[in-house]
Amino acid sequence: MTETLYGFFNALSEPKMFFALFTIIVFVMIWKREIVCTNKFGIAMFIVSSVFFVWALGHPGFYKNVSKADNVPIVFMLFLVGYFTWLSFRRAVINDRRMERGELPEEAVENPKKVLTWPDLVYSEFICSVLFMAVMMIWALALDAPLEEPANPGKTPNPSKAPWYFLGLQEMLVYYDPWLAGVVLPGMIIVGLMAIPYVDTNPKGNGYYTFNERPFAITTFLFGFIVLWVSMIILMTFLRGPNQAFFGPFEEWNLHKVEPTVNIQFSQIFWESWLGMKRPEFWLTREMPGILLCLGYVFVLPFLLGQTLFRKMLGQMGMPRYLTMISMFLIMLALPIKMILRWAFNLQFIVNIQELFLNV
Amino acid sequence: MAEQTTPDKKPAPKKKPADDGRIPPPPSSHYERPGMMDQVRDSQIWRSIFRHGYPNTVRNRSLAVLSNIFLHLHPINVRSSGLRLSFTWCMGGLTFFLFLIETITGVLLMFYYRPTAEYAYQDIIALAEHVPMGIMRELHRWGAHAMVITVWLHMFRVFMTGSYKPPREFNWNVGVILLVLTLLLSFTGYLLPWDQLAIWAITVGSNMARATPLLGYEGPLASLMAVGDVGLVHSGDDARFALLGGRFVGEATLLRFYVLHCIFIPLAAAILMAVHFWRIRKDGGISGPL
Ligand code: HEM
Repeated sequence: MTETLYGFFNALSEPKMFFALFTIIVFVMIWKREIVCTNKFGIAMFIVSSVFFVWALGHPGFYKNVSKADNVPIVFMLFLVGYFTWLSFRRAVINDRRMERGELPEEAVENPKKVLTWPDLVYSEFICSVLFMAVMMIWALALDAPLEEPANPGKTPNPSKAPWYFLGLQEMLVYYDPWLAGVVLPGMIIVGLMAIPYVDTNPKGNGYYTFNERPFAITTFLFGFIVLWVSMIILMTFLRGPNQAFFGPFEEWNLHKVEPTVNIQFSQIFWESWLGMKRPEFWLTREMPGILLCLGYVFVLPFLLGQTLFRKMLGQMGMPRYLTMISMFLIMLALPIKMILRWAFNLQFIVNIQELFLNV
Repeated sequence: MAEQTTPDKKPAPKKKPADDGRIPPPPSSHYERPGMMDQVRDSQIWRSIFRHGYPNTVRNRSLAVLSNIFLHLHPINVRSSGLRLSFTWCMGGLTFFLFLIETITGVLLMFYYRPTAEYAYQDIIALAEHVPMGIMRELHRWGAHAMVITVWLHMFRVFMTGSYKPPREFNWNVGVILLVLTLLLSFTGYLLPWDQLAIWAITVGSNMARATPLLGYEGPLASLMAVGDVGLVHSGDDARFALLGGRFVGEATLLRFYVLHCIFIPLAAAILMAVHFWRIRKDGGISGPL
């Protein structure tokens, strides 16, 4: 029985399933937010996940993995992200209901009351600090900071991983080359975050929780934050072992597991499968279809979408804002698109110019 | 919290203010008998520090915030909706509090730590073995992890309440830079224990810089950066080399990261936090529906 369950959860955590599962959870949560935001549901989820967690600790491999000192905060984070997502949905749904009835959001009712910083704010800040300091003290007393063997440049540990908060980026390396996963995309995350206030022209939902007044903004952000950032960190930290191979949560890490990789290039698909001919020798001709595809994705698709799906948005925002928004949006979606292509067709690169280290 | 007024009584005759131009001492006439605290509060020393009376009137409570350099980063009054814990989750405040913990524990750690390949690891061991009940390293490390988490959750909250919308666009941007600085603080600190975990995490993390377009020697188009036949970008001068101060993570990297970790980034972050808090105030306090 336990073995079957272990097997079941191992299969569920496999990258494809893991990604699909998190995506489904986020979208179902948004769709069924009226149910999700109830106290009953929140408490039930907390109990279920805690029981699962405690049960899972019975497995030595799982225990070893989550009790590694540097991994403990990530477990906290998982629970905290879950809790705060629930909390913000709860407050959003309550406000949305009020506004449907023509009332003001909760915050607006409290709003006219202003209280003095001293004592109200200063005291609650003080109490928060004292309580939080106690938490930090207990944590520091209970768990020793890790220290491994002295640095040895000659001995590469397997697996070698970046610090945990960058593991989402390291997971991207499975799908994109370092110049994209390690340099361009992180840069784009920062630029994209900075652009948010300038491209979101929706004046509603400023200073209170709501979902109905800004569904697109919140859905996009949650997808980026939970599915593409937090879940990728979990995946890389807990589910990838030696040789960056996938290991289920209930699978012992084994140095010899190497995932068989079949790498197919887009140029092969295009010239050999679709046109039934040999690939051209010269790299520019060989890669032209892929290059055109990428250029089309970046330069043509925004306009196509602007005429169709995002027509209304383009009208509201104006061209410069729309173009900024849609480029960031498409760059964000480039990750899941590449993941799906990899899983479905073993596709490695769309553009593959080894001569210039230029792989996409 | 209402102002204490005594409408039916005649106002007491005004005392002549002291000649030195200071705010007059707090009126202690309403006490039965001046207690010891009142005498302390009336003393010249106390009045030289706190230039306002006991904060039990609106005026003195405002002055308590205004006349204190630290408190005056707050507005004088706040919306009660913004005070609710379930609104801000206190995440920005906790991030700042963690920054303070990191600063204090970090300074204590610096007393014991030498950033050289020869001593760094030894000093960390010594810290664990010779300092009784030492939890400074633990506090510092867990505080750093916690700070990364709280800063993410803070950003999440600010997004969910739409608080980046006008007039707070700029402060959101200050925040994004603070987020990057927080991650860089954690990243540079990760190397300092100089154990296997440290150097390999930094190696993996910085390997990507090799692939910077144009500027990394394995980056796309770097081969175009050449004068005639002579390539300008190679492993001895590319983006990664600049980051590490060498071709691999070595002693130069340790010193570089140490200086960044202990001086440059905290300083930059502290200045930006001051800007961040000041802007919250200037932008009309914690956001709320208009
Ligand atoms: C070291 C990092 C940071 C510190 C110490 C910090 C601190 C704070 C504090 C204490 C507040 C008051 C309200 C609250 O606690 O929520 C605040 C508000 C704010 N923060 Fe931050 N923050 C940091 C990073 C960020 C980041 C990463 C962002 C966004 C990307 C951000 C954007 C904002 C905005 C827009 C407000 C105004 C919110 C409102 O008016 O409701 N901050 N910050």
